[in-house]
Amino acid sequence: MSDLARSQNQETFVLNLGPQHPATHGVLRVKLTMDGEYILRAEPVLGYIHRMHEKMGENRTWAQFMPNTGRLDYLGALSYNHGYALVVERAMGITVPERAEYLRVITVELNRIASHLLWFGAFVLDLGGFTPLLYAFDDREKILDLLESVTGSRLTFCYFRFGGLYNDVDDDFITGSRAFIKRLRSRMPDYHNLVTNNIIMIKRLKDVGLISAEMCRKYGATGPVLRGSGVDFDIRKNEPYSVYSEFDFDIPVYHECDSMARYMVRMDEIEQSLRIIEQALDKLPEGPVMAEKVPKIIKAPKGDYYAAVEAARGTFGIRVVSDGTNTPYRLKLRSPTYSNLSLYEEASQGMLLADALALMGSLDLVIPEIDR
Amino acid sequence: MILHPETKKALAPFVLPGLIAGPVLIVGLYLFLTSIPGGLARVIIFCGALIIFAALNAAYLVWLERKVCAHIQCRIGPKEVGPFGLIQPLVDGIKLMSKQLLLPKGIDPFLFKVAPLLVLVPAVMSFVTIPFGEHLAARNINIGLLMIFAFASVNVLGLLLGGWGSANKYAVISAARAVSQNVAYEIPMLIIVITMIMVTGTMNLNEIVMQQSGWFGNWYIFRFTASPLMPVAFLIFFVCSLAETNRAPFDLGEAESELIAGFHTEYSGMGFGVFFMGEYANIVIGCSLATILFLGGWQSPVGIASGWWWFLLKLYTLIFCVMWVRWTYPRTTLWGLLNLSWKILIPITLFNLLLTGAMLKIWPH
Amino acid sequence: MITRLKEKLSALNPISITETDHAAKGYHLDVAASPAQVVAMAEILDQEGFAIEAVTGVDWLGEAAAVAKKPEVAEGEEPVVETPGEPPEEQMEVVYDFSHSGIRPLLRIVIRCRINRGTPELPTISGVYPGANWHERETHDFFGIIFTGHPDLSPLLLPEDADFHPLLKDFKA
Repeated sequence: MSDLARSQNQETFVLNLGPQHPATHGVLRVKLTMDGEYILRAEPVLGYIHRMHEKMGENRTWAQFMPNTGRLDYLGALSYNHGYALVVERAMGITVPERAEYLRVITVELNRIASHLLWFGAFVLDLGGFTPLLYAFDDREKILDLLESVTGSRLTFCYFRFGGLYNDVDDDFITGSRAFIKRLRSRMPDYHNLVTNNIIMIKRLKDVGLISAEMCRKYGATGPVLRGSGVDFDIRKNEPYSVYSEFDFDIPVYHECDSMARYMVRMDEIEQSLRIIEQALDKLPEGPVMAEKVPKIIKAPKGDYYAAVEAARGTFGIRVVSDGTNTPYRLKLRSPTYSNLSLYEEASQGMLLADALALMGSLDLVIPEIDR
Repeated sequence: MILHPETKKALAPFVLPGLIAGPVLIVGLYLFLTSIPGGLARVIIFCGALIIFAALNAAYLVWLERKVCAHIQCRIGPKEVGPFGLIQPLVDGIKLMSKQLLLPKGIDPFLFKVAPLLVLVPAVMSFVTIPFGEHLAARNINIGLLMIFAFASVNVLGLLLGGWGSANKYAVISAARAVSQNVAYEIPMLIIVITMIMVTGTMNLNEIVMQQSGWFGNWYIFRFTASPLMPVAFLIFFVCSLAETNRAPFDLGEAESELIAGFHTEYSGMGFGVFFMGEYANIVIGCSLATILFLGGWQSPVGIASGWWWFLLKLYTLIFCVMWVRWTYPRTTLWGLLNLSWKILIPITLFNLLLTGAMLKIWPH
Repeated sequence: MITRLKEKLSALNPISITETDHAAKGYHLDVAASPAQVVAMAEILDQEGFAIEAVTGVDWLGEAAAVAKKPEVAEGEEPVVETPGEPPEEQMEVVYDFSHSGIRPLLRIVIRCRINRGTPELPTISGVYPGANWHERETHDFFGIIFTGHPDLSPLLLPEDADFHPLLKDFKA
């Protein structure tokens, strides 16, 4: 922009945003070179919560790494469970029983809704609206209660096993899920009335924080960021895994490329996830939740394998290299927000501080997943 | 009321005396204050009372704010300390006072210390001319309205110096924001005040209230013969006073998700506490003015039993609206805020001024 | 698409180019390239509209020695044993993942590039894909692989003064 060019030879200053800052939702640090309220350059500085999960993976058995996957993206832990289970099952050639697949879908989608709800609250909080956060948490609480009853944990789930699930669900879970679908459906109009149609929200998000589809491709951005840029891409449809191909659901796509588009994508995804859960509950078959022929000690055959799932934030890819022993030889975790954040420097150039923070919020960052 | 049985037992002996002594004290104070003859003694006593009023307001508006926001957010809010958490503000105040006032490295110590006072003192001073009841004003001066606005514009100086003196980049950005915001919103606010002065013909607040006696149709908000845009003017005045006091959705100065705490990022203990008191005192001033100018001040809506209770009722209803807005709306951006002021509010208020002038020619009061 | 791509990539004479079974492996095309070809390949993929997924490394320390010995490994034992004396040239691998979001089912391509462990250097593709910038920095953090021409290889995830590369197989914490 011309303003930017003009300001090159004027005085600028560096604003150190984070690693402790309310807008970064974790220990992300962004070095902002600013000209007044305009951002000339925003350079994310990562690694404050880097735990070297990939090295940990090389030092523990295949099954022992499963809990680690729940600690990457602690808001959508089940998707990460799923990705890891998928890649190992692919390597081992394990088929998962039908019922387990359905339950995986149900729990993952519940988790996705929980993640989107939390994002919704936190995003509006970034924009200065405090109240929706607590409404969203109220609904999220219901999901956590449901998931707690089957997985035993509320945040860092470790529910999936190679070949199935850790335990079966009971009737309470089924009825609870149905009740929750009804409840959330009745709450969504409130959210839209309170937040989506709010004039201040619209003014702040419309045409702000543009990310083109081309930029997404060059940076490997996925998930709602990509779909908000008008690309109809969702691993659940494009590379169907588990039993997703059996459900009737849509991929919300918005072509505006702005923060509002990303917001709308996530809000619509909540409804689509509800649809998936509803269908899965209807179709839920009887049977075991664990494959029978899963060896006690997993030893994946030599070679490398890749699996990707659609996590709440985008494509979570996991590449394992096995040398045929009981520990992975190499684990590569391809986390979606790492790629999504990498375009921030380019996308935020020339923006106002407040808009840039809205853009950052719309990327839905989860720092432990970026830093791994 | 959810109370621990132990607390209940401990509080039981104080309930009845409290219920009796409270109203007695208030009525006594009222009688005492209204019976003092004019002069220096009256001003001094009133100022003491006003400082206490301002401090109590700050403390209990925080409590009210927490209760209101809790209610809006389906929570309970403070409930542990005292009945309904009523002692909470007191305890918070003691905590703030007992905290060290940190002076970070690199600050300008003088500006840093004087800034919170520059926010609080003008606000408390403004109370002097506010007529709480017919005879219940510290000083009934002819140019009360002018005096309040003179003091109100000092407020922004406090924010600026606080931000600048903190030697913190967030604080400096916030100070710059606060100044442009205050300047932008003082203009439509003052244009409305000019309109009101044209209509009322006086700057004496008590007289303005007197002019609105009788039923609520006489309130200036419904005085359509003066200008058909009076309700709009009231709304704009209210919005402007939100912006002037840095309240959501115009809390750009302390936008916590952008600037952490803005100009008071570096303040601790009572430094922060004084800023806070100043903020709430300003809210009270803003809402008081809106009440006096548009809602008939201490006049009863039905013409009987007018008195300070009506003033307080109207005042706190407006304050409740301020809180309601805060906990409902997200924050605007600086550009959106300035655009609103310069492109929408100022043209409307100017048009209103013109219209009022024309109307006054047609129907002179 | 896949045949066209194969043709285009074959024109560069990669070391090998194999179609793989997606169900078994998770990707469609496996290309082994030499360091000099990587940028050209990235350019081809860029023209075809592929998105970058990730760049990572694999340390094959001991592989050369193990191949020279016997490939069988007893149960529970460490897979590779460092052989004393002068080992054969050890290698590292850089793995590039690309995917195409425009077609269903989506197409995944893996490009592998072997480099010598002693001189881990290959050209950067961050000029083609700006998103590779961070992935390459991360790979440099973890493996010490130097991407020549990369704008900034300072540690991204590791502490800023880190002089170790934790994912190397001979790294001991």
